[in-house]
Amino acid sequence: RDFNERCAQCSEVNWGLTDGGRFYCRSCHNVTERTREVVNTDFITNSRVQTISKGLRKQEKNDGGCEWYICEGFQLVLKKQVEALEALGVCPQMKDEILCNFWRCYLQKSKQAYCKRPAGETVKALSVCESSTDVDSDPERPSLLHLLSLSESEGDLQTDCSFASSVSKVSESTSVYSGSVDGSLYLMKNQKEKLSMTMPMTLSFCYMALLWVREPITLSELLRFVVEGHIPYLNVFQHFPEKMKLCGLDLKIFCVESWPVYEEVFNKMHELAAFLDLPRFPDITESCFLHPDMLCMKYLMEANLPDELHNWTCRVVKKIGVGEVDFLTLMPGNKSARKVKYDVLAAAVIVVVLKLLFLLDDHYEWLLSELAEERNKNDTEVCIFYSGGPYFEFKKWYEVVKHSLDVEQKKLDEERAKYLWRCEKPLFYSVKNKSKVLKRRQMVVNLQNQFGKLSGSVQRAEKPNPSSFQLSWSEENKDGSCFHGHSLKGILQEKCGLLTVMNPDYWLCTVKLCNEKLCGHLAHYREVEFPQSYHFVLGLFSFLLRIQPSYIHDEVCMIEHKLFNKKLCKKLKYNTVLRK
Amino acid sequence: SSNEHKLNFKKSKEACLSYIQDALLQKQWKRAAEFLTCYVESLEKDYSREHIGPSEMIWRIGTEILWHHSQSSMKEFNCFMEQMKTLGVKRYLKVCLEHVFHLLCNGQIDEAYQNLSLAESWRFGEQTAIQDKEMKLIQAYRGLLDYYSWSKQKNVLLEHGEDGFSDLAVEQEMHGYFRKAAVNLKEIIKIPGVWDIFVKCYVDLLEFYGDHNEARQVLNEYAYNSKFPANPNAHVYLYQFLKRQGESKKSLISALKILHDIVPSHELMIDFNTMLQKSKKRKKRRLGLEVIFAALDYAGWKENAKAWRCLARQVKQIVISEKHLDWIKQEWNSRKDWWPAFHFSRYLAKRDWQENKSLSYEKALVAGILLGKDCKYFKYVSHQGCKAQLKRFRMLKKFVNRHNPVYLRISG
Repeated sequence: RDFNERCAQCSEVNWGLTDGGRFYCRSCHNVTERTREVVNTDFITNSRVQTISKGLRKQEKNDGGCEWYICEGFQLVLKKQVEALEALGVCPQMKDEILCNFWRCYLQKSKQAYCKRPAGETVKALSVCESSTDVDSDPERPSLLHLLSLSESEGDLQTDCSFASSVSKVSESTSVYSGSVDGSLYLMKNQKEKLSMTMPMTLSFCYMALLWVREPITLSELLRFVVEGHIPYLNVFQHFPEKMKLCGLDLKIFCVESWPVYEEVFNKMHELAAFLDLPRFPDITESCFLHPDMLCMKYLMEANLPDELHNWTCRVVKKIGVGEVDFLTLMPGNKSARKVKYDVLAAAVIVVVLKLLFLLDDHYEWLLSELAEERNKNDTEVCIFYSGGPYFEFKKWYEVVKHSLDVEQKKLDEERAKYLWRCEKPLFYSVKNKSKVLKRRQMVVNLQNQFGKLSGSVQRAEKPNPSSFQLSWSEENKDGSCFHGHSLKGILQEKCGLLTVMNPDYWLCTVKLCNEKLCGHLAHYREVEFPQSYHFVLGLFSFLLRIQPSYIHDEVCMIEHKLFNKKLCKKLKYNTVLRK
Repeated sequence: SSNEHKLNFKKSKEACLSYIQDALLQKQWKRAAEFLTCYVESLEKDYSREHIGPSEMIWRIGTEILWHHSQSSMKEFNCFMEQMKTLGVKRYLKVCLEHVFHLLCNGQIDEAYQNLSLAESWRFGEQTAIQDKEMKLIQAYRGLLDYYSWSKQKNVLLEHGEDGFSDLAVEQEMHGYFRKAAVNLKEIIKIPGVWDIFVKCYVDLLEFYGDHNEARQVLNEYAYNSKFPANPNAHVYLYQFLKRQGESKKSLISALKILHDIVPSHELMIDFNTMLQKSKKRKKRRLGLEVIFAALDYAGWKENAKAWRCLARQVKQIVISEKHLDWIKQEWNSRKDWWPAFHFSRYLAKRDWQENKSLSYEKALVAGILLGKDCKYFKYVSHQGCKAQLKRFRMLKKFVNRHNPVYLRISG
């Protein structure tokens, strides 16, 4: 019915459904592999899959609301998110085939749908907001406060409890408010067993799907797009249909007041992949965007570093084996395999290469820079042109990049401070404090208008178009602020016909790696212990990836240990001086 | 701010506040308004655990911005204040009071009065009792405005009086204001606090209507009741009242004694010293010397010719009588290490001579006695004075030369 593609055989659009749920062309009886989407992504009342027990479903309620389940809400969220991704250029299969199937699988495995409900567990229609007068004196039902204290939100909504408590006396027998049918159950469930959905987890789903399809979007980019508003996350519930009333505990589930953290989304994704018993993901090969060789190229460009460094990143990648298909491809359930953070890995490789070439001990790199400066002064323009670009001067690069970085960081800090978290859709715990909430909202809007007018000509800028590159440098600029074409010849030398670095030294970030299982990190990044240049470089990538520098530092340590614990290959000759 | 990647609502608003703070400190009202616009949604969160909640923040910050912003009008300001009054019932009276202050600053006395009356009639369950102090203040300020009206009427009457007319209606009105004002002002000054303006006005009323006993009592309470915070002005008011009443020197002196203890650099110290110098009692004269020396310890008095004249006169008198030189010695003891550089440097000698010859004269006398005829200050000034052929400087020179041995006894 919804399927509009032309038949591969006869080019007609005349489809029917087989018993197995597959589309077949009525004209030529060609059966396709396409299966009908079992889950209709449009929300229609009561069109839920038949496996949920009938329970006490009522069609309409007095206020025009209807019964809805938490997972239906999340389904809507995912739909919105994947549509946004499509708008960004992601292939449409991701929505119709990949994510949809993942979601189905999840619902099945977590026994929220597509399965027989385990005996004895019925979904009680808990009293919804409106009927707050009938107090169910079930002593086992947890109190409002108890439920509010669960889950890791920063206690923001916990404080809204004051609204709730001001409305009703909170006691053991208070009925639990939620607009959804199973809001309270959802929060109560042991989260480890069934992996209940959370808002951050929606992003894990998205990332998982992206990874499956091998789209050129890294996790850090995805999260950045979320923060920049290109992917719905913060107030996505405002797109729920009118009939789905959101109140009470639903807020705890759907209203987030913090940005998702890389680690959290990343780890959840792996948990999810294992939970869904997914097979080995499609291979990440050298031609893939997520392969470190590709990502390094991108980050080198963005960091305004010479293209020549790419040779070195490839060499390091090859040397330590992080470019291998088996290493890079996700194998869910394989606990021993290291979970690969593609973006962090690429950034860390670049950091290691910089350390190899420039040492970055706050001394050597400036020395090299001075030498380069001398040479550049002496060379004529023609000479520079023929020898493949001017000598790369670390000092100049540092100044240019630092300046831009400071400007962007300042902008980012201001944006964060100006961020508006609330949306028009009012949130209230119960009908009783609805009027209070609405009044407050009205006042907020009034004040925003009043002071907005006094803000001068500064208007809230439109969402910038999503871009993959945050910093861009153009070779056309005559001011020499683009270093892509610069040459590393000043710091390289030929030995036995091979190109090696002149820098004879290297310092390891840490002599011994920590046990990740014990303290969660491979190493501990304390700013005081490392050279300023190292900080700077970490800071640069930390900004680009929007993650803590310590994550990159961990990865750098990991790479270094792989690099130097093996026997040194003849091609890369350097004396390793283990310095702290 | 640093690489703080875990961003949430609370941190975001904290950062917003610090931007507002920076903008306010640099008087960038537009920028402050811009960030405040982003901050106001904090109202939709509950911050009951915090010390200062967003509603108070918004009230205070918004007030500042609206007060200073070039494009903001009084109308907008008033509208904003009304909104703020509804925001926090625990703060209602405080907001009213501050609103009134702003109106007064803007010269809108009538509006201020209306607001005060309105606030006075506010009742809100137990909050009324809790905000009792603010209520008293509101009543006091209304009393103050009543006083102000009374004062206006009084002036009108006085003018008419000169013309020979007597306007009964105006007089009645005036008395009416008096009654209203007196009631409220009397109440507030019962509570320990600093109520300078209320006290002044109340005393003014009392004096006008001839109730000097009450006035005296009020001022005594204000100055001497230990429950009240130490307040130099209280003693000044008392002193001025006593002076107006023509009280004896004795009571005047006792009124100023405490002032000297609290604020030795007070401008009334000159009056005090003058009275003390003339006293027959030795102790008083001794005190006088102490008082004037103490006053001149302060930088603000360095160029006060009157003060120096007081000191010079007393010193001269002591030297001539040759009695009580030990007084000077005692006073000079703790000062001889730093007064020379502080008051009697060569640079100051030149400057004083240029700017104020009388000042230099008095100072030279003191310097000459305390430091001897060879001191820089005296030498320069007396030399200049004699060069300019001013008689008194010649006299000065002679005087100091004659009494030089005194210096030796003092410094010994």
